[in-house]
Amino acid sequence: MRRWKTGPDFRLLAYVLLIGFSLFCVFPLIWLIRSSLMTSREMFTLPPRLLPAALQWNNYLDLFHVVPFGRYFLNTLVIVILNVVGAVMSNSLIGYAFARIRFRGRTIMYGICMATIMLPQTVTMIPLFIEWKLFHGINTYAPLTVLAFFGNGFYIFMLHQFFKTIPIEYDEAAFVDGVNHFQIVIRIIAPMSKPALAVVAIFSFLTSWNDFFGPFLYLNDQRKYTLSLGLKYLISGYSVMGQWQFLMAASVLIVLPVALLFFITQRYFIQGLTMGGLKG
Amino acid sequence: MARSSFLATMLRPRRARFLSRYNNFWGWLFLTPVVLGLSLWVAFPLGLSLFTSFAKWDLITAPVFVGFKNYIDMFTSDPLFWQAVVVTLYYTVAGVSLQVILAFLAALLLNARVRGVKAFRTMFYLPSLVPVIVSSALWMWLYNPQFGLFNVLLISLGLPPQKWVFGIQTVIPSLILMSVWGIGNIIIVFLAGLQDIPKELMEAAAIDGGSAFHRFRHIILPFMTPTILYNVVIGIIGGFQTFTQPYIMTNGGPANASLFYVLHLYRQAFLFAKMGYASAMAWFVFIATGVVSIIIFRTSTWWVFYQGDTRK
Repeated sequence: MRRWKTGPDFRLLAYVLLIGFSLFCVFPLIWLIRSSLMTSREMFTLPPRLLPAALQWNNYLDLFHVVPFGRYFLNTLVIVILNVVGAVMSNSLIGYAFARIRFRGRTIMYGICMATIMLPQTVTMIPLFIEWKLFHGINTYAPLTVLAFFGNGFYIFMLHQFFKTIPIEYDEAAFVDGVNHFQIVIRIIAPMSKPALAVVAIFSFLTSWNDFFGPFLYLNDQRKYTLSLGLKYLISGYSVMGQWQFLMAASVLIVLPVALLFFITQRYFIQGLTMGGLKG
Repeated sequence: MARSSFLATMLRPRRARFLSRYNNFWGWLFLTPVVLGLSLWVAFPLGLSLFTSFAKWDLITAPVFVGFKNYIDMFTSDPLFWQAVVVTLYYTVAGVSLQVILAFLAALLLNARVRGVKAFRTMFYLPSLVPVIVSSALWMWLYNPQFGLFNVLLISLGLPPQKWVFGIQTVIPSLILMSVWGIGNIIIVFLAGLQDIPKELMEAAAIDGGSAFHRFRHIILPFMTPTILYNVVIGIIGGFQTFTQPYIMTNGGPANASLFYVLHLYRQAFLFAKMGYASAMAWFVFIATGVVSIIIFRTSTWWVFYQGDTRK
């Protein structure tokens, strides 16, 4: 990929600015890891120490005694898996219908789905809470998982765009062989769309893993807490007591799986981001 | 589309009619979750919310219809409502402008011929991965007046330490600085947009002796306007809905200087059980978001350039 010339004078300035911004991005994360490996006394000395005298790995072990962190991890995992499965299943069928089946009402339904992307969460927050109260869904995982199975405008859009690029002859050949639409999705379209489905899976993983507001609104039994709620509990309880090292260790543990996922699937990540951004 | 026309010519008209009925069946079958989802999780909640906004309801006793009272109260007898509007507007307008400008600059720099683009891109993107609850905890610690990274740096540079999120004047700028930390995804979107600009155009401009500024003003900027528009709209919608950072870091303080709109709304609903009032607030911000988006899209014909558009 060729890039355009900027004058040689700008080159040095460009590097200075880029490195400066990189430091701004990365240094807080380094500070996070550094703080997670200190004793609470070390964190609160003046003048502050740059690095811990000895790495306090046991902060990470003690964390599991301070709060049921393992339990929060499993709870979060259950919610995340249901969200990923729901998102991939529902949106691939819906995206297929919009991209490749010609049926009456398609355009208007697609328009409505796209409009929901712009719907602010704020306006549905209270009525959804009331609705889940009616369904006896408060303090269960239903409000945090069920919606994934009903399709999501953004993922529908991404898959629709991708499915349109697959030559229609594949469907036609299968169709002449007497295969129905459902089998076409399962046997032909889905296997050919692994990158796009991966993007949907990664993004729904990320959204539900990182979600704070949903669990915060719907869960009140501490045994059902997710990681982000557990962290909130730590913040309100332990920051007051000056036990910030647990907070930092918990933060590292929450970010770690996401960072790993990012490094493994970086290509899909970038793809997903730019797909949403450019054609939206 | 192509399929039905292909098969329609292959098959006799009766079969074509069968085919359209067949496609209608399968199309709507696959859309069942959408139809159910739209009614259960969009249409019904919107209706319920509109109804609630005209009622007094604590979710325990039955709702009482009160007409426009919630809306009138909002504008006339709740000074904190206006405080929340001002705070949210300040954060959104200043924050989104800064985010978009800085992200655009960073993308331009990455797109200039520099080495290590991938490494820079990864580092810029990393903060975007951090869940908002974690970044709130982390930045609370970074902003710690005595032991936090920022004041430690300031003091070691011989500069006066700041109050950050604990000062009335500095709390919103501090939250904006924190939001700038997470602009990695905007940078990536801009970078992809820059790489989509036809190379021939840039080369032609270079051959014609156009200066770097000229190329920026007449080629890069016009080509990037749709991406800028997209990021501005998404940024505004997101800014209006800011909740977690102020809730965790400042709880609206000090002296309501970071009382964001959704935080105020949340308290009305779930602390004071004023579901009607909170729903009216939700509708106000919903309509405001819609109006702002429409204004931006309407005026965008003046400044947004679409490829293949001959008007400009």
